[in-house]
Amino acid sequence: MNLKLRVWRQRSAAEKGKMVTYQVTDVSPDMSFLEMLDVLNEQLILDGEDPVSFDHDCREGICGSCGVMINGRAHGNGLFDDHPQTTTCQLHMRSFKDGDTIDIEPWRATAFPVIKDLAVDRSALDRIIQSGGYISAPTGTAPEAHSILVAKKDSDAAFDAATCIGCGACVAACPNASSMLFTSSKVVHLGLMPQGQPERNDRVVNMIHQQDLEGFGGCTNIGECSASCPKGISMENISRLNHDLLGALRAGARPKS
Amino acid sequence: MTVTHSGQRRTPKAAKTSSVFKKVVMAVSGIILVLYLIAHMVGNLKLFAGAETFNGYSEWIRRIGEPAVPGQTVLWIIRVVLLAAVVAHIWAAISLWRQAKRARPQQYVARKQVAQSYASRTMRWGGVILGLFVVYHLLDLTFGVANPAGHDATPYDRAIAGFSNPIVVGVYVVALLALGFHLRHGVWSATQTLGQSNKTRERTVNAFATVFAVVLTAGFLIPPLSVLVGIIE
Ligand code: HEM
Ligand code: SF4
Ligand code: FES
Repeated sequence: MNLKLRVWRQRSAAEKGKMVTYQVTDVSPDMSFLEMLDVLNEQLILDGEDPVSFDHDCREGICGSCGVMINGRAHGNGLFDDHPQTTTCQLHMRSFKDGDTIDIEPWRATAFPVIKDLAVDRSALDRIIQSGGYISAPTGTAPEAHSILVAKKDSDAAFDAATCIGCGACVAACPNASSMLFTSSKVVHLGLMPQGQPERNDRVVNMIHQQDLEGFGGCTNIGECSASCPKGISMENISRLNHDLLGALRAGARPKS
Repeated sequence: MTVTHSGQRRTPKAAKTSSVFKKVVMAVSGIILVLYLIAHMVGNLKLFAGAETFNGYSEWIRRIGEPAVPGQTVLWIIRVVLLAAVVAHIWAAISLWRQAKRARPQQYVARKQVAQSYASRTMRWGGVILGLFVVYHLLDLTFGVANPAGHDATPYDRAIAGFSNPIVVGVYVVALLALGFHLRHGVWSATQTLGQSNKTRERTVNAFATVFAVVLTAGFLIPPLSVLVGIIE
């Protein structure tokens, strides 16, 4: 298939970017979206042009490195009715038609400065994790699994939250550029586990504090995040985070500044 | 171990300026306003009971609590609480609006929203419409300065005089539809903000929000429309 791509080109965070149109030919429907971009880049290199930068690593939907806006949707999620929510690397060209025009842009948020073209700096999410996304249980040999019991519904909910891969699509899709879905998935994942209890109150106040410091917007419960999330992280996590936060503030937990 | 500085009684600045704290202010002040609106809507429906009952009701509001407290005390407490709620609500809304604008200065070239509702998208500008309407509404029916029957007419006569004018009723219709949308998303959002929603409750919360918004809007719209078409005279 032949496609017309309109790709955001930006040499560095300091320079202005713009959409540039490219034609790619002979794209196989079996290629992934990133392989299609590889084809474009090989063509650009042969033409002596600068290839398009984009992040990727596992290419199997588990690492959270990849992610671009495809036709105005994060990872293209929500565009294809017959396609489950997924990462950009797991989106395949069979979802498109010959002759399609595809707009490709980076995640846009103050907290995610563009490094180059489609690659953005998401270390703000790492700093949110650093501020509270850990437990203090001693590591070492794995303990006997039955020594600490966890209710089935809690372990299920914690596991669902733990599937977040930190890709940042929620921020990219949110009209407020809020990272609430990401932060809530971390808070809930650890907060539902017995091992996560010692830091539970501090975790939520510090992670929210860090999220604000990083320049993310506030959540207004619109739901674009969840509809764009490759792991289908539910809005319920945001409610749980809020519940934890109110409890923590009442218990006297305060962000360390 | 949990390091909670429980000696610290007052909420420090960092916690107060947190985006979630502002959302809580918005939710709590919104709920105060909603509770008032329910009572207000029920009161308005007394227009159907005729001039005497309606004017008597208006009198009664001024006398609640008498003789334990001097006349109008309760009315003024209600007014002060409402004013505080409106100020807090607008402060939080503007502050979060600015935070959101700072969070994405560069817009997308291509953008497609699939999950957001009309109600969620119009919270801010809809809120501005509501704010302007509240000012007009007070000038119209509370202070009477923007009312055709004027300041000295009885509450009933002021309502009839105002609502006989199609333009006035048009303004009320627009504002109340805006209120309906605001509450459709607001009720859901407040439930989330106060940490009371979850996967199983989500559908119920949303259904309740829709029903509540429709009932409140309809309840407010019926009296003005009835005056306009002559059911109430
Ligand atoms: C006067 C101008 C007003 C402005 C500028 C305004 C603005 C806003 C904004 C921006 C939100 C947050 C939206 C979101 O969460 O997506 C909100 C929420 C809300 N508003 Fe208003 N509003 C106004 C008036 C009112 C009035 C008169 C009421 C009372 C009926 C009200 C009730 C609510 C409720 C219940 C919420 C939900 C709180 C939450 O999101 O957690 N608002 N408002
Ligand atoms: S919540 Fe979903 S969209 Fe957000 S970072 Fe995690 S996996 Fe990505
Ligand atoms: S490259 Fe790892 S999730 Fe896409």
